[in-house]
Amino acid sequence: MNITVTLLLICGLLFFTGGAIGIIRFPDFYSRLHPAGKLDTAGLTITMGAIALYTLTPFSFEALITALKIILIAVFVFITSPTATHAIIDAGVRAGLKPWRKEIDPDK
Amino acid sequence: MASIETITSDDNQNRLAPKSQMPTKPGQKRFAAGPFILTFLIMACFWVIFSGKFDAFHLSLGFVSCLIVSFLSSDLLFPTALKPALIICWLRFVGYIPWLLYQILLANIHVFYLSLHPRMMELIDPQIIVFESRLKGDIARTTFANSITLTPGTITVNVTTRGKFAVHCINKQSGQPLPGVMEAKIAKVFKE
Amino acid sequence: MESVFIFAGIYLGMVMLLSLYRAVIGPTILDRLIGVNALGTKTIVLMIIIGLIYHRVDMFVDIALAYAMLNFIAVLAASRYFQKRKGLYDEGTPDMPLKKK
Repeated sequence: MNITVTLLLICGLLFFTGGAIGIIRFPDFYSRLHPAGKLDTAGLTITMGAIALYTLTPFSFEALITALKIILIAVFVFITSPTATHAIIDAGVRAGLKPWRKEIDPDK
Repeated sequence: MASIETITSDDNQNRLAPKSQMPTKPGQKRFAAGPFILTFLIMACFWVIFSGKFDAFHLSLGFVSCLIVSFLSSDLLFPTALKPALIICWLRFVGYIPWLLYQILLANIHVFYLSLHPRMMELIDPQIIVFESRLKGDIARTTFANSITLTPGTITVNVTTRGKFAVHCINKQSGQPLPGVMEAKIAKVFKE
Repeated sequence: MESVFIFAGIYLGMVMLLSLYRAVIGPTILDRLIGVNALGTKTIVLMIIIGLIYHRVDMFVDIALAYAMLNFIAVLAASRYFQKRKGLYDEGTPDMPLKKK
């Protein structure tokens, strides 16, 4: 059981690392939202699953309640993360940020 | 803010006639029992999970507060009356979730590969594409937009009221199959 | 198992430093907002790991839940607030050059 929890934890932390590096490396605001919106959600879900599994191992009623709360946090973030991403990208569009293109045309 | 507006407009629905946001049939939907009971049950479940105490004092506190909240805002959670068609629709939506989870896994691996690739700048070609969708309902469009955000390489930028979607793609081939399979699946879920 | 969680917490702190780079340096305000959002998501996990280390998960879970809701509402409010601001892209960078109109 401990090995499973450790493997899941490492997997989630890998996703978090990819998200953080992606946020730094991508060239502009719009493409930075891709790792920020997806990899963080995936990392949080996997890590929360690992922690809920670890909490449940000596099974008791309080442990069940705590694991349910942890899963509820994961579900909440899973629902709200696309909404937050959409709010940020909508703010960017309304503020008039231009998307980065690979070859910059001389005229639009 | 939305909740305050809805509550006040519910209180004096007959006199003030708010700005055509509420259903335009005053007096017909005064108090609906089905959404009230369903909201109360959901609230009670959340109370029991979050409090974690089972003595009479905490349970009665939860009962009173769930009653107040579900009386005030049951029309927020279920804006239309409960029909059997809606419940069947939700059941079909549950069947849609595993496919969505698989797509999310693909999306994560794709973005992970992109962000750790040493020559990332040559792989990506960000662009915004615009296409028309044939989905009509609000919930169907919202589900479609959120699903686009969660699938590989695409983020919904804007949705107009006439069903025109603007989508930001990370490279050309991720925007290629866009209105296809997913729109068909959502149309099947919401019967359009 | 204790040491696994301690190392995971330390590693998560280092990853948060990477996100903090974007939140501090980021050329526009919305880039900083992306960094803050990513920081908040990692903070939720870090809180629960701290709770596991100190054997008080039942208490830290409630705090983490409240923090998740607060993070979501803060991001929504900030993005609604900054969308009206003109001059968002006054801070030009080599990545995204300043467009003169």
